[in-house]
Amino acid sequence: MENNKGSVADVIDATGELAASVMGLFLKVNPELSQIVQQGTKDLVSELSKLLGDSLDPAVHFLAERMSGDYAIDEFGFDPELTEQIFLPILRVLYEKWFRVEVRGIENLPASGACLLVANHSGTVALDSLMTQVAVHDAGHRHMRALGADLVFSTPFFAEIARKSGVTLACQEDAERLLTNGEVVGVWPEGFKGVGKLYKDRYKLQRFGRGGFVNAAVRAKVPIIPVSIVGAEETYPMLANLPVLARLLGLPYFPVTPTFPAFGPLGMVPLPSKWIIDFGTPIPTVDLEDEPLQHLDLAEQIRGEIAATLERLLIERGNPFV
Amino acid sequence: MKRVLVAGAARYLGNALLSSLANDPGIEKIIGIDITAPDHDFGRAEFIRADIRNPVTSRIIDDHGIDTVVHAGVLSTPLEHGGRSVMKEINVIGSMQLLAACKKSPSVKNVIIKSTTAIYGASSKDPALFRESTQPGRLPTTGFAKDSNEVEGYVRNFARQRSDVRVTTLRFANAIGPEMVTPLTTYFELPIWPAVLGHDPRLQFIHEDDLVRAMHHAVIKDVGGTFNVAGAGTITLSQAARLAKRPLLRLPAQFFSPASGTLRRVGVVDLSREQLSLLKYGRLVDTSRARDLLGFTAEFSTRDTFEEFVAHRITKRAGRRGK
Repeated sequence: MENNKGSVADVIDATGELAASVMGLFLKVNPELSQIVQQGTKDLVSELSKLLGDSLDPAVHFLAERMSGDYAIDEFGFDPELTEQIFLPILRVLYEKWFRVEVRGIENLPASGACLLVANHSGTVALDSLMTQVAVHDAGHRHMRALGADLVFSTPFFAEIARKSGVTLACQEDAERLLTNGEVVGVWPEGFKGVGKLYKDRYKLQRFGRGGFVNAAVRAKVPIIPVSIVGAEETYPMLANLPVLARLLGLPYFPVTPTFPAFGPLGMVPLPSKWIIDFGTPIPTVDLEDEPLQHLDLAEQIRGEIAATLERLLIERGNPFV
Repeated sequence: MKRVLVAGAARYLGNALLSSLANDPGIEKIIGIDITAPDHDFGRAEFIRADIRNPVTSRIIDDHGIDTVVHAGVLSTPLEHGGRSVMKEINVIGSMQLLAACKKSPSVKNVIIKSTTAIYGASSKDPALFRESTQPGRLPTTGFAKDSNEVEGYVRNFARQRSDVRVTTLRFANAIGPEMVTPLTTYFELPIWPAVLGHDPRLQFIHEDDLVRAMHHAVIKDVGGTFNVAGAGTITLSQAARLAKRPLLRLPAQFFSPASGTLRRVGVVDLSREQLSLLKYGRLVDTSRARDLLGFTAEFSTRDTFEEFVAHRITKRAGRRGK
């Protein structure tokens, strides 16, 4: 980003000088006028580069601040600065250019205060939670705090990046704490059963856990927003699972996709499917009692709603890659 | 007016606590006990050389009409002589004996125990913040953390048997500061910090002055229960390294444990298995209970604590070496 700006500044600088000298050549006839024009061009160029310098400053400042350790993270390890300056810009490329994510119903996301996003999970690699994070940030102007499986926090690199980008362990305590703090919390109750399912089972919702997420929302008295995601299923179509290899590597599954592991690292590039992320109508939980059976019913109802929305969105989307 | 006995008076915390209590006019009598004599006196506080593993403690309590017993003697570092086995004996047998003495003495009305947040362990299955009631994903199996866990077990037993005694357990985050020496401070004083590749643990500290302040607070407040005590906020290990201007040597997890084993054998730093998992997963505790019920808030935040540690223990020494 910084380099881009630097090179833009160079180009403007060079163009300015070139323009000034060309102008001078033409105006050689009148030395006085030539002086004014040359000075004017130079001023314009210096103004422009000052302007660019100002926009460069934050980037330089950002790096200096990071290097001195002078930044704040919250108690979950969330680093808002790093997320906004590094993680989100990288994900945004995938979001805008690769998956061409279309966001619907973002007005259902409250401008402030807590809510619990509950979404379908798919696609072998949990890209759907990352893309939802971009959608919540770019369209909804909020930070989404995702809940992740413990495997995330025991896997090198994933552990480090997850905490810094706002993910915390999917457990009652953390969910409640985030919700009481007024955060937008994202949960994918299908877990590995959802991401790790085969391509032939695409858009078939798995069991929504034991409805623990409803419990957390009820206790914190925050609304639940069903989120339906179309497009993630086609990113890494899992044709087969190699459970022996998975057990050997300590993974929940080992995927075989049309490109992975056949094409090695190249197979890790997701297919450019067309995505739709739909934020549904908020479901209030204030009137609900602390009654597990009721929670299970609501979880089932939300699952049904997402399944119906997915069907509708799939028809509307048509070709998964166009 | 309180009559206080502090066990573990010759070590940093007990020593500082005696001085602090000696300056408090609300305390009538202060007695410190330890196996070794402290290197200076603390005004009106009295020092008696005694081993808490010995029944003599019971007589001291009775003779002086002690009503408040402070146990600040659970060791976090193996002693210079004797190593881990002696440390364990002092921690476990010592605490057992001290509590037995308290149980026998009708004058004892308050017992205050210094414990540690290390008893929560550190793993990938733990919530972001431990509450006093949180069941840890994995219980500590070695070292100081295990000892503290056992001591807390005895304390709970004691509380059941003597329900008339008010028992206060303070679980402290890793204490650092200009003076204290613990395995973690030794680690931070290394020129290069070994770390686990792909993990950046969240750390939480308590300033050594806040440690003393919290213990003093517990002595005068008369609030029973178990409380987490730590500085506000958190920093990650990589952030700490940047603040201290120390490079991190990020080793894959498989090599991290053998590397720290080598450091232990050559006598550089003795990191227990619990500290290794701390440096991998990190640990934070929720301190709202101490704030709301005990009325105690640490003056130094985690970051201020660390920066003061850096100023006194890292930058200063580096400057001296430079000259």
